[in-house]
Amino acid sequence: MSQTTETVDVAQQRSRSRWNLGPTELVFVALVGIVIIGAVLVGLRGQNLFNTANTVDMFTRSSLLGFIAIGQTFAILCRSLDLSVGYVVALTSIVAATTMEGDTGRIGLGIGAVLLVSGAIGLANGLIIAVLRVNPFITTLGMGLIIKGYLDTQYQGPAGSVPTQFQQFGFTRLGFLPLSTAVMLAVALAGFLFLRKSRTGYHMFAVGGNAEVARMSGIRTGRVMVTAHVLCSLCAGLAGLLIAARFGTGSALVYDNLYELDSIAAVVLGGTLLLGGRGGIAGTIGGVLILAVLDTVFNILQVDPFFKDVLRGVIIIAAVAIYARRQLDRKARRIRFDDGNGGSATSDAAPKVPPSAGSSGRQPPPPAGVRGAPGDAHETSQTGTTIRQGPKGEGR
Amino acid sequence: MTTLPSGPSAGADTGTTVVRMAGIDKSFLGVQVLFGVDLDLRAGEVHALVGENGAGKSTLMKILAGVHQADGGTVELDGHAVSFEHPLQAQHAGVSTVFQEFNLLPERTVAENVFLGREPRRRGLVDAAQMNAATAALLEDLGLTWLSPQTRVRSLSVAGQQIVEIVKALSHDARIISMDEPTAALADEEVEVLYRLIGTLRERGVAVLYVSHRLKEIFDLSDRVTILKDGALVDTVDTARITSDELVKLMVGRPISSFFPDKIEGTAIGETRLRLDGCGNAQLDGIDLELRAGEITALAGLQGSGRTEIAHALFGVDRFTRGSMWIDGRRVRVRSPRQAVRAGIALVTEDRKAEGLALNQSVMANARLVLDAVQPGQAGRRVQNIPGILSSLDLVARDVDQEVRFLSGGNQQKVVLAKWLATEPSVMVLDEPTRGIDVGAKQRVYSLMRELSARGVAILMISSELPEVIGMADRIVVLRDGRIAGELSAGADEESVMSLATGHAMGGEQ
Amino acid sequence: MKATNARRRPQVTELAGRLFGGGGGTVYALLLVIFAAIFVVNASFLEPASLMAFVKMAAPIVLLAIGQYFVIVSGELDLSVGSLVGAQVVIAARLIDGEEGRTVPVLLLMLAFGVLVGLVNGLITTILKVQSLITTLGMMLVLYGAIRLWTGGAPTGALSEAFRQPGRGGIDMPVVRQLPWAVIILAVFMVLAIMLMRSSYGKTLMATGDNERTATFSGARVWQVRTAAFVLSSVMATFAAVLIGGFAGVTAQVGEGLEFTAITAVVLGGVVLGGGRGTVVGAMGGALALQALFTLFNQLALPATIRPAAQGLIIIAAVAYAARERSRPAAAMERSDVSTEPEDHPRDSQKQTTT
Repeated sequence: MSQTTETVDVAQQRSRSRWNLGPTELVFVALVGIVIIGAVLVGLRGQNLFNTANTVDMFTRSSLLGFIAIGQTFAILCRSLDLSVGYVVALTSIVAATTMEGDTGRIGLGIGAVLLVSGAIGLANGLIIAVLRVNPFITTLGMGLIIKGYLDTQYQGPAGSVPTQFQQFGFTRLGFLPLSTAVMLAVALAGFLFLRKSRTGYHMFAVGGNAEVARMSGIRTGRVMVTAHVLCSLCAGLAGLLIAARFGTGSALVYDNLYELDSIAAVVLGGTLLLGGRGGIAGTIGGVLILAVLDTVFNILQVDPFFKDVLRGVIIIAAVAIYARRQLDRKARRIRFDDGNGGSATSDAAPKVPPSAGSSGRQPPPPAGVRGAPGDAHETSQTGTTIRQGPKGEGR
Repeated sequence: MTTLPSGPSAGADTGTTVVRMAGIDKSFLGVQVLFGVDLDLRAGEVHALVGENGAGKSTLMKILAGVHQADGGTVELDGHAVSFEHPLQAQHAGVSTVFQEFNLLPERTVAENVFLGREPRRRGLVDAAQMNAATAALLEDLGLTWLSPQTRVRSLSVAGQQIVEIVKALSHDARIISMDEPTAALADEEVEVLYRLIGTLRERGVAVLYVSHRLKEIFDLSDRVTILKDGALVDTVDTARITSDELVKLMVGRPISSFFPDKIEGTAIGETRLRLDGCGNAQLDGIDLELRAGEITALAGLQGSGRTEIAHALFGVDRFTRGSMWIDGRRVRVRSPRQAVRAGIALVTEDRKAEGLALNQSVMANARLVLDAVQPGQAGRRVQNIPGILSSLDLVARDVDQEVRFLSGGNQQKVVLAKWLATEPSVMVLDEPTRGIDVGAKQRVYSLMRELSARGVAILMISSELPEVIGMADRIVVLRDGRIAGELSAGADEESVMSLATGHAMGGEQ
Repeated sequence: MKATNARRRPQVTELAGRLFGGGGGTVYALLLVIFAAIFVVNASFLEPASLMAFVKMAAPIVLLAIGQYFVIVSGELDLSVGSLVGAQVVIAARLIDGEEGRTVPVLLLMLAFGVLVGLVNGLITTILKVQSLITTLGMMLVLYGAIRLWTGGAPTGALSEAFRQPGRGGIDMPVVRQLPWAVIILAVFMVLAIMLMRSSYGKTLMATGDNERTATFSGARVWQVRTAAFVLSSVMATFAAVLIGGFAGVTAQVGEGLEFTAITAVVLGGVVLGGGRGTVVGAMGGALALQALFTLFNQLALPATIRPAAQGLIIIAAVAYAARERSRPAAAMERSDVSTEPEDHPRDSQKQTTT
């Protein structure tokens, strides 16, 4: 058996003829496709999708959801999720505005308070999930409702005010790039590096992929889970700061915008498995941008805003269905005999062991319907020795 | 077999005893499974551990690995007594284990898996370059240059994944590696790669504990072999000084007692109920099989030889893509378990908890599940028989509303049997029907099989336990590598079954 | 029972286990406690008439909880019921537009629409293998958007008097003054749901949620079983919509958040997310207890806005309480090696005696 055939045998990269792209690449290909289609549609109306106003609009839309979705990515990677982010955004916008109270000198204090509050909520979420073993769906749903109850009781309308300097966070632009988007991208980069460069980041993939394997490898899975939720809430806190900056005040009612569901949609659209263990920030940003471009294009085309909801729902389901399809295709199974009919769904994706040079390959199987002849001599390649097998054994 | 390193070569500390396990006892909840077993491993040797199912191989290995703790006896590592509470402890001490089920993250790369939980860092950040380089060095060192550290594990074949497991184990500076049936899931071509790797390990002075059912591998690979039977040590011998015939004799050859009930008076072998004609799919080829009324046919063979695959294909869990299947003389196509049930087939699966039971449901709910699922309209009449069936099986439960997860293994198996008996099948396939159940329940299963065949049910029993195969079957069909290797009539001895299953008698070894 | 060798009589400890074991029984103990608390605050609550009013108020939530129960026990989740309730009410108002004669045809149409939504949810989840969280979330967005698109943002039209009867009206009678239609409808559906769970379908549904592979190996068509659960959920949401529409009238916000209320109720009733565990009676109890709690808040003159917070605390506490058994750290590791042992560990039976 030569070295080269062996390479094919064991290290075989499964044939990727049908799907050449990883999930992240696929997201950005889809993004480019949507941008092109959008540009054409907008162009047919005699407008330019890429003029400054439209570009700024796209980026502005992406920043708020971007913050939340980055955080959500951490939670989902760990096979968790966070349904409380929308409420955290609302709460922290109020915390920011009421702490700052229009005083420039208190901006730092306000930011600190937001990070403290959001971090504490994330800590609580993480601990309830990791220590009390409550289902993440229930934990964060409950946490969201608790915050909602507090907000509904304490704040009927806008509260607090944000100094003009801080409002710049919401409105300043660096060329065509809004400051908030730049900050969001910086956070994305930080998150990206965190997942790629820190041990905890590595371990998030392990916890989401297989918590048991992670534990057996000495990873403290509970800490990783708590970290993910703290980061998730902190990102939601940043989004709350952005809301406060844009509105100039804290607004409890922004939780009505279903940010938690939008962020999950963006993350899943970005190719991160809802069941954890695979994905990343880059895909999430792709997902966020897809949603933002769609919004902008619909806006220019004056599509009914409610139609956007419909389409968004359809797109999310379709995207996950496509990913699910790819997952199914990927299921590998050992093939001992070639499939005579070639009709099996698993045959194209499963590893094929080519007849190798040193040891003799198997004979092709008899065609369907023809009585297979077990009495025929055939070779096994285990050691290269030929074994003669009788149909009715020696015992008779 | 020219590619294999022949025998231990001269490493620095080859031959020194690194592990000495002495007088190991182990019980699980009162059932003793190991009786004072001794085992020693030397640096640079491949030490095979053989025995039938339930002989205690896996338990012994898991004690060494720190998964279980011995009740009695000592484990010494380099002459110092050790007691591992957790697999991680064993790993730190240089004892690594490759378990049967993979402990890998498919979505991560080879390097990321190898260094999981102890990624190298520089200035607080994971140093991926170093990690990849270290993995590459490790791979190169083992002659595995074709495997890239940055390949995703998911895209590797089963053998590739197995090799990553071993590399992961080695990366802990393991001096002792145990492997539990490492070839069970491998194709023949892939086995070669594993052979070469084990050869390299031996040259490095690593002690390899190799658990396998496959005699050929044992003779191909091992320097010494330890044989366990019924939880006790039979012998440890140099592999070169023993023939495969002798080894088989040491492994089996238990006196068949009156443990197995006799055939019930008047049981007659009748007409063919189910016939497979040249059936095959990706795992099977050229399967001809006839199951006759009143006959117990045993399907024997090694793990991975295709036994369960046959059961799954004829039950519609998988499909035959070639050949034809006939029930009572009519050609049928079974595409789902539902159709199989309708055709009168029952399947008692190998994995009771994962495939046979809904553990949080009651005894009754489980027992009537097939009736509920397949014939809801007529469930009523047959459901009334269930309490009778359960009590005839001597089920021990608080009442039929008790959840089955609270029952012992034997009683759980009785619930599974009741579930299928309630459908009054004409063909009953039993995949490892006595695995993991106590002696009393085993006897009840055997006598049930006799009763069923007396009633004209055609029975296909899949079993790894040779005494059971010999003691119960009217006819033994032996599988090897997805094909029928031969057929033996009742009264065959264990050695001839083993010979067919391993193919050793035809000159397979060295 | 013939199959019993070691049968024990129900004892006080078992009763206690039922009440406090975190299962379906616990929630009825909780319900009694809440009732007692309400009684302390307002003794007139236990008069037949006000009890009737309470059940009438609770009816829609109980119906939604029953529907959600079917889906959850099969191992899935239905987030679309709130938006479906909203959609159905808006559809009814727009199509009936105040004309009595259209009531029945529109009701039938609503039922068909409910079945359709359930079918789509179920088929996407089972055939396309999209997680039900995503499927029903997508459905929620689609329904919200589509309904507002159709009506131009604000609900139009009006319900007919006949349509509002089930939600508001009743049969006048002594003692309870009025027996609301809602209570009768609720009682019918409760009985039907209990009967369904005792039927072959119910048993198969439970088994599917508990162990999909076992169900498949036993001949169940898992995709049909699950899809039917989604259809049942949507149908229950449709009936809930009729009651809510009749009781509260038509607004743009109708139905919002009801999916989470229903999930809270089901979980409070001892039903485990993930499937296969918990009873429909428990789910009903969960809904009643939740509604009783809201009533208690009213009696205490607490602001209605505090409801969500209480709901959040309850849902976390209920699940944490039920999960306390499972939180032994070593459990996962032990589980992984049981199958290779020559004798199964009857670990669980030991555990049972401690509860």
